[in-house]
Amino acid sequence: MISIAPKLGSPEFQTLPLKTDENVVALRKLVREQLVAINFSLVDQTKCVTAASELARNTLKYGGGGQVRFSVLAADGSLGLCLVFIDAGPGIKDVPQALTDGFTTQGGLGLGLGGARRLVDEFDIESEPGKGTTVRIVKWKK
Amino acid sequence: MDRIPILSMGNLLLVIIQFDMHDRLALALQDDLTEQIVKEQAKGVLIDISALDVVDSFIGRVINNTASMARLLAAETVVVGMQPAVAITLVELGLALTGVKTALNVEKGMALLGKSSGR
Repeated sequence: MISIAPKLGSPEFQTLPLKTDENVVALRKLVREQLVAINFSLVDQTKCVTAASELARNTLKYGGGGQVRFSVLAADGSLGLCLVFIDAGPGIKDVPQALTDGFTTQGGLGLGLGGARRLVDEFDIESEPGKGTTVRIVKWKK
Repeated sequence: MDRIPILSMGNLLLVIIQFDMHDRLALALQDDLTEQIVKEQAKGVLIDISALDVVDSFIGRVINNTASMARLLAAETVVVGMQPAVAITLVELGLALTGVKTALNVEKGMALLGKSSGR
C-alpha cells in the first residue's frame, strides 16, 4: 500500500509562484493550512504566516517576483514548517543593513526582513548582487 | 476590481473587513475611505478587523496611514476587534500602531467615537 502522508525524514518541497499580490494572499492561506494540520498554537501560526507574508512581499517587490518552496520538517521529535523564498532579482548589496529595522529602499517601514527574522526560529539569507536572493525560514512547533 | 464596502451611518463610516486583503485592495480602501470622509463629512471611522487573522507590516501601515489621513480630514479612527495573536505578532514585528485608537468590539468603538465627537 502506498502512503500518501509526506515522508517527514526526506522533506518533499512544494512550490508556489510569487508573481502577483494574489499569490501572496494564497501563500498566507496555504501556510496557515499547513500549520493547522500540524497543530501549531494560534500565536505561532500567526507569527509564521506573518513572516511568510513579509518575505513573499519582498520577493515580489524587491526581487521582481519569484517562487516559494515549502515543506513540513521533522527533527528531534518536533515538527516545523520550512519556507524558502527565491528570486532572481537585483540582490541585496548589504545584508546586515537590510536586516536593520527602519532601513528601506522603497519607502516602506523597513520592518519586513528584520521583523520576519524575529517571528521565526531559523532565518538564513543568501544574496548576491545581480543574481538574486534566497531566504530560508523555519518555525518549529513549541 | 473588488472593493471593501464602506457603510455610512449618521456622521460615522463603518468598514468591516471580512477577508484577507491583497495589497492593492488595502490601498484602494485607504483611498475610498478618505474620499468618503470628505463626501459624507464624517467625524468618525470605525474599522472592524476581527475577521483578519493576519496583519503584516503592509496592512498595519495602511491602517496607520488611514488613521493619520482621517485625522487630517477632521475624523477620528477606531480600529476594533483585533485578535490577540495579531496584537502579539504586530508588536514583535515592531509595529505597535501607537497612533491608532482601538476598542475591543464595534459597540465599544462606537462609544469611543461618540465620546470624542461630543455626541
